[in-house]
Amino acid sequence: MIWDALIEPFAQFGFMRRAMLGCVAIAVGATPVGVFLMLRRMSLTGDAMAHAILPGAAVGFLISGLSLGAMTIGGLIAGMLVALASGFVSRMTALKEDASLAAFYLISLALGVLIVSTRGSNVDLMHVLFGTVLALDNAALILLCSIASLSILTLAILFRPLVLECADPQFLRSVSKLSAVTHLTFLCLVVMNLVAGFHALGTLMAVGIMILPAAGARFWAVGIGGLLGLAMLIAIASSIIGLLLSYHYSLPSGPAIILVAGIVYALSVIFGPVGGLISQNLPRQRTAN
Amino acid sequence: MTALAFRNLTLGYDALPAVKQLDTQISEGSLTAIVGPNGAGKSTLLKGVTGVLSPIEGQIELNGFVRDDIAYLPQGSDIDRSFPITVTDLVAMGLWREIGSFGWLTRGHRARIDEAIAAVGLTGLGKRAIGSLSGGQMQRALFARLLLQDARLVLLDEPFTAIDARTMADLLQVIANWHAEGRTVVAVLHDFETVKDHFPQTLMLARELVDHGPTTRVMTSENQMRARQMCEACEAAPHICGKSAA
Repeated sequence: MIWDALIEPFAQFGFMRRAMLGCVAIAVGATPVGVFLMLRRMSLTGDAMAHAILPGAAVGFLISGLSLGAMTIGGLIAGMLVALASGFVSRMTALKEDASLAAFYLISLALGVLIVSTRGSNVDLMHVLFGTVLALDNAALILLCSIASLSILTLAILFRPLVLECADPQFLRSVSKLSAVTHLTFLCLVVMNLVAGFHALGTLMAVGIMILPAAGARFWAVGIGGLLGLAMLIAIASSIIGLLLSYHYSLPSGPAIILVAGIVYALSVIFGPVGGLISQNLPRQRTAN
Repeated sequence: MTALAFRNLTLGYDALPAVKQLDTQISEGSLTAIVGPNGAGKSTLLKGVTGVLSPIEGQIELNGFVRDDIAYLPQGSDIDRSFPITVTDLVAMGLWREIGSFGWLTRGHRARIDEAIAAVGLTGLGKRAIGSLSGGQMQRALFARLLLQDARLVLLDEPFTAIDARTMADLLQVIANWHAEGRTVVAVLHDFETVKDHFPQTLMLARELVDHGPTTRVMTSENQMRARQMCEACEAAPHICGKSAA
């Protein structure tokens, strides 16, 4: 029974194993980036950048069809452009960052859908918007694993300045010149991981696997180390459970994965001991202070 | 010997001077309070010394100092209190210049972190998340971080805002220790009694220099009145005020 439900789909079908490997790679690479996005209060930036990847990937699609390389490069360029442009607009004009991000991602989404529609079919559009986690080929898997490895390595190198940049940016600027480098490298990591997520989960869902596990873990872990580890575990578990649900109940796999992560998040909001609804309203907590 | 020299210094934002044509110097090993009305350019002056702000005109000479010799506690530090780090982690940041991005915390480093935490009266709170600290405890933790920076020049911007009297007394003792060790300490302060009781030197600023010297000479009611009038005159016509300096 348990074998049939949990193991057999992966044991029997190569596409399920590939999907699992792809999702684990994304979870390992993207979730720590998502934790820092959340801690820097940049979750919306991540969302805007995920949408921004669409027109870039769409231009790649326009030039070379469903080509992994062209869509990856297009996505990377577009993501970085929007990240820098929205920062520029909010710094140089009266518009606040949230409004400038919203403007950019709405324009990006419309532009991306328009470009894909002019050349491709509705199937192509669905592929770009929601990904094809069950159809990851070798090249895509190598790309996802490479991005995850590069991402983890870069985060390990940048870890200390990144923590400082998040917790006390003024202090980092006063003791080191790494502030700008850290910020830019971090933006590159966000875009890179969103592009990886885009191949499996599509532009609309890619940011979900980044932010939801991070937001859920925030209600359980106190320290940054625990937060990173737990978020990664939630992302991997959500991926595997989501894939199994999609297999057994014929659900679209990307949304199933994100919804499982969403359920974990919702349960964490209610039951999480670190600032969750129940713990916040316990009388013991109030009298302790 | 001079630690800091301001030479015809004009500092400001968008070419509008907040400090105008300042010409004075701060001696090495001195304990100096910078006082003046709101908008007098006190915080701007400290930002200039740290290098965050470049002079519009004139220069700041750091005699024998490099930027690494400076520790700076900004006003209302923009620390994200919800960030999941402990007091020990926060204090350990003070070792940045020794360990940088990759250096390990040795046993010796850990002992120094514990000593710094104890020196500011936070013994036993090292494992507490910074979000759970009171305002006074947070300021103590920031002073512990300054202790670890082991800087020759310490710049403090309104370090006693919104903290209790006991914390203030303890932190004043830390400052007195720095002074006794021969470090140069410059603090922006509002409370004149604190300045008179604990700071031998005072630099009174009202965008321009009002007076600089021994506190007993500088902190007169005439100087305070003059400083207020100078600031009000500038606030009434900031553009004219700016142009006259440039």
